[in-house]
Amino acid sequence: MNIMHRLLAAPLLAPLAALMISGTSLAAEEGYRLDRAPIDPHDLVSLQAGARTFANYCLSCHSAEYMRYNRLEDLGLTREEIEDNLMFASDKIGGPMTVAMTQADGKAWFGVAPPDLSVIARYRGADWLYTYLRTFYRDPKATSGWNNAVFPNVAMPNVLWTLQGQRALEVVDSEVGGQETVRYKWSQLSPGRQNQVEYDTTVRDLVNYLVYMSEPAAVERKRIGIVVLFVLGVLFIFAYLLKKEYWKDVK
Amino acid sequence: MSDSKKPDKIRRNLVVATSVLGGSATVGAAVPFVASMLPSERARAAGAPVEVDFSALKPGELRTYSWRRQPIWVFRRTDDQLKDIKKDDAVVADPDSDVPHQPDYAKNEYRSRKPDLAVIIGVCTHLGCTPEKKAASDTAEMGAAWNGGFYCPCHGSMYDFAGRVYKGVPAPTNLWIPRYMYLSEGRIVIGKDEKGEA
Amino acid sequence: MASRASALWQWIDARMPTLGQEYRKHLSEYYAPKNFNFWYYFGSLALLVLVIQIVSGIFLTMNYKPDAALAFGSVEYIMRDVPGGWIIRYIHSTGASAFFIVVYLHMFRGLLYGSHRAPRELVWIFGMLIYLSLMGEAFFGYLLPWGQMSYWGAQVIVNLFNSIPFVGPDLALWIRGDYVVSDATLNRFFAFHVIALPLVLLALVAVHLLALHDVGSNNPDGVEIKKKKGPDGHPIDGIPFHPYYTVKDIVGVVVFLAIFAYVMFFVPNGGGYFLEANNFVPANPLQTPAEIAPVWYFTPYYTILRAVPPMFDSQFPGVMAMGAAVLIFFFLPWLDRSPVKSIRYRGPLFKGALAIFVVSFVVLGYLGTVPTNAWGQFGPWLGNAQRATVVGRIFGTLYFLFFLLMPWYTSRDKTRPVPERVTH
Repeated sequence: MNIMHRLLAAPLLAPLAALMISGTSLAAEEGYRLDRAPIDPHDLVSLQAGARTFANYCLSCHSAEYMRYNRLEDLGLTREEIEDNLMFASDKIGGPMTVAMTQADGKAWFGVAPPDLSVIARYRGADWLYTYLRTFYRDPKATSGWNNAVFPNVAMPNVLWTLQGQRALEVVDSEVGGQETVRYKWSQLSPGRQNQVEYDTTVRDLVNYLVYMSEPAAVERKRIGIVVLFVLGVLFIFAYLLKKEYWKDVK
Repeated sequence: MSDSKKPDKIRRNLVVATSVLGGSATVGAAVPFVASMLPSERARAAGAPVEVDFSALKPGELRTYSWRRQPIWVFRRTDDQLKDIKKDDAVVADPDSDVPHQPDYAKNEYRSRKPDLAVIIGVCTHLGCTPEKKAASDTAEMGAAWNGGFYCPCHGSMYDFAGRVYKGVPAPTNLWIPRYMYLSEGRIVIGKDEKGEA
Repeated sequence: MASRASALWQWIDARMPTLGQEYRKHLSEYYAPKNFNFWYYFGSLALLVLVIQIVSGIFLTMNYKPDAALAFGSVEYIMRDVPGGWIIRYIHSTGASAFFIVVYLHMFRGLLYGSHRAPRELVWIFGMLIYLSLMGEAFFGYLLPWGQMSYWGAQVIVNLFNSIPFVGPDLALWIRGDYVVSDATLNRFFAFHVIALPLVLLALVAVHLLALHDVGSNNPDGVEIKKKKGPDGHPIDGIPFHPYYTVKDIVGVVVFLAIFAYVMFFVPNGGGYFLEANNFVPANPLQTPAEIAPVWYFTPYYTILRAVPPMFDSQFPGVMAMGAAVLIFFFLPWLDRSPVKSIRYRGPLFKGALAIFVVSFVVLGYLGTVPTNAWGQFGPWLGNAQRATVVGRIFGTLYFLFFLLMPWYTSRDKTRPVPERVTH
C-alpha cells in the first residue's frame, strides 16, 4: 500500500517527485536492510492478536497515552472482551493506556525512558518496526545482554525473546569486486516457543496493531475519501457544463 | 418557445443544478466541523457512569457523589421519612411526577427504584444552586407544616424527601432523578441502566 | 418569493448603496481580459486556501493547547478524541502546503506574463508582502505541534538572529522570550499565528486586490485591454468578471479540491513532506534529531543559507544571502527592462534565463531537504568539498543572476511584435 500511494502522489507533487524516494517515514541509515511489513489494516483477527501482544508484552514499560481502551471496539472487540483480556484491573475502559512507570524511573532503570508508543508507527514506519522487532541478538557487551541490528545499542531488551528464542548475529565485512559489502549471518542459540514463521506472524500482527494505533481513523479516512472524490467528480461535470454554457457568449 | 428563451432556461437549470450540488457538498463538508464541537471522547470518559457502594450508609444518612460534575445525592431514607413523603402529596406541585424529570422506574410515589434509597441530582431546578437537607424536626426554621426535605438557600425553593417541588416556590419542577441501576445489594451505578449509558 | 427578495434588496440598497456599488465595481462590471488561461486560476485558489486555513484553524484552536507540556498531546487529542477532529487537522496541514504550491504557481504566472510591470508594480509589492507574511505565518504555525522538527526548526531559525552583528543575541532572546525555545516562545508564536498574521494577511490581500482592480488585470499577451474601449465604454477584449470568471473559477476550485482531497484522504503525510515523520516525536530540548530541515516550502532559501560559508567567524553573510534571495523579488518591476511584458513575445535570452531560474529553484529546494553530505564529496582536487554544497553554490548563483543580470538581458533580448488585440 505504501508504495502505491507514493507513486500516485508523485505526479501531483511534480517538482518533488524525486524526493518521494525517501518514503513516508524515516528510512534506516545505511545499515540493515528493512523487510517489508506484510500488514493488512483490514484484518481484524490480526489486529486483535496484535493488541493482545501489545497489552501483554509492551504495556508494562511503554505507555500509549493517546490511545483509549474503548477505541479498541474498532477492532471488532466488545467492551467485555476488552476489559477481560486487555486491561489491567485499575484501568477504566474510557481511559488511556498509561503505565505506572514514570519517565524518571524509566530513565534511571534503562538509561533512556521507554518512549510512548501511541504514534511510533508514524515516526518509524511499519517496515522499520517489523524488522526491528525481529533482529535482536545476544550481545554480552550490552547492559541488557541484547543488541539490535536495526537500532544498534538500543537500551530496550528483547522482550519477545521467550517467543523468538535467543539468536546470535555475525557481521561480516567483505569486499566483493571493489565494493564494500556487509553480510549479516544469523544463528539460533536456543529455541523459543514459536518457530520463525509463527514469530514473524506474531510480530506482523503486533506491527499491524501499532500502525492502527498510530492513526485509528486511517481506514475511515480512505473510505470517506472515496466518497468525497466521487462527489467532486459529479460536481466537476456540472461546473464544467455551466462554464461551457456561459462561455458560449465569449467570442 | 423563442430561441433566446431556451439558452436562458438551460443556463438557469445548470445554475440551479450546480448550486444544489455545490450546496449539498458544502453542507457535507460542514459536518465534521459541526461534529467537532460535540463532546469529545475525553469528555465522555469523564462523564462515564460512576459506581457507588452505599452498603455503609446508615438510615437517614445522605452522601454526595459527583457524576458529570453534578452533585448526586445517595440518601438512605428511614421509614418515618417515607411516611413524611406521603404527607406532602397535597403541598407539592407535581405529586405524580408527570413532568418527565425521572426515568420510568422512578415515576412512582418515592421517585426511586426501591423506596429506601433515594438517588437525586442535587441541583435546584430554579437556577442551579445545591439545596440543603432539612429534617422534619426543623420546624423552627422551616415552619410548622414542614415534613422534612430539601431547602434551597438561594431563593427559598423547597422539596420533599422524594425531591418533589413545593407549590408556590421559585423552582418550577421536581428535582431530576438520574438513570441508575443496582449492581448488587449494596452497590449502584449512576449514569447507566438496562437501556445503556446515559 | 422572488419579489420579496428583490424588495428586501431595494430596502438594503437604499440605505447602503456601497454594497451594490462595490459588487458592480469588483464583480459584475469589473472587465477582465477574455484570454485568461490555466495560470490565472491560482489567484482565486490562493484566496480559497486562505479561507480554508482560517476556518479549519478556528476549529483547531477550539481544542489545541498552546502549552509546551500539553501541545503535542492536544494535537493527538484532536486526531483521536474530537469527533471529526482528524479531518480538520488534515485539512489544515494539507492546506499549509497547498498554500505555498498555489502561491508559487501564482508568482510564476507573474514572471511569465509580466504582471509585475507598470502600472502594476504596487500589486506586485503587496503580493510580495503577502508572501513574506505567509512565510512568517507558516514558520510560527509550525512550532505549534511541538514535535522534534517544530522545536528544532524554530531553534535553528531563531538562532540565525543571533548572528546579526551587535544586536543579534539580544534580539534572539527577545524573540524567544527565554534562553532557548520554550513555552514562552510557543505562546507568543501561537498569538502571532492565530491572530496577528491572519489579520495582516487579510489586510494585505484586500489591498492587493484593490490595487489590481484600480489598474485592471494583465493577461497572457501582456496587452493593455483598456486601450481599446467599445461604444459602451468597456474594453472590447474584456468580459465582466461575474459571471464569466466566477463560473470558470468554480471549475478550477472543483479540480483543486479534488487534488486536495486526494492528498488529504489518501496521502496526508505528503510523502513525508507535508507531515514530517520526525514531528511525531514530542519535542526534546536535550536531543537534536540527526537531520533538521525546514519544511519543503522554505528549503530553497535554506540551501542558499547553507551554501554561503562562514565569513569573519560569522554565519551572518549566509543569513544576509538568504534574506536577499527573498527580498530581491521586490525589485523585479525595476530589473525587468524589456519593452514587452509577456513571455510570448520575449526572446530566447529571457526564456532561457527563466528556465534556468525554475530549475535552480527546484534543485535548491531539493538540496534543502537533504543533509549537506547527501551526495558525497569531490576528491582532493576540489578540496574534498561536499558535492551538494558545490551544486548548491552553483544554482544559488544562477538564482541571483536571474535577477541581477535581468536589466541587461531583458533590454538586449530579441522581442516579437505585440498584437493590438488579445489572442483568444
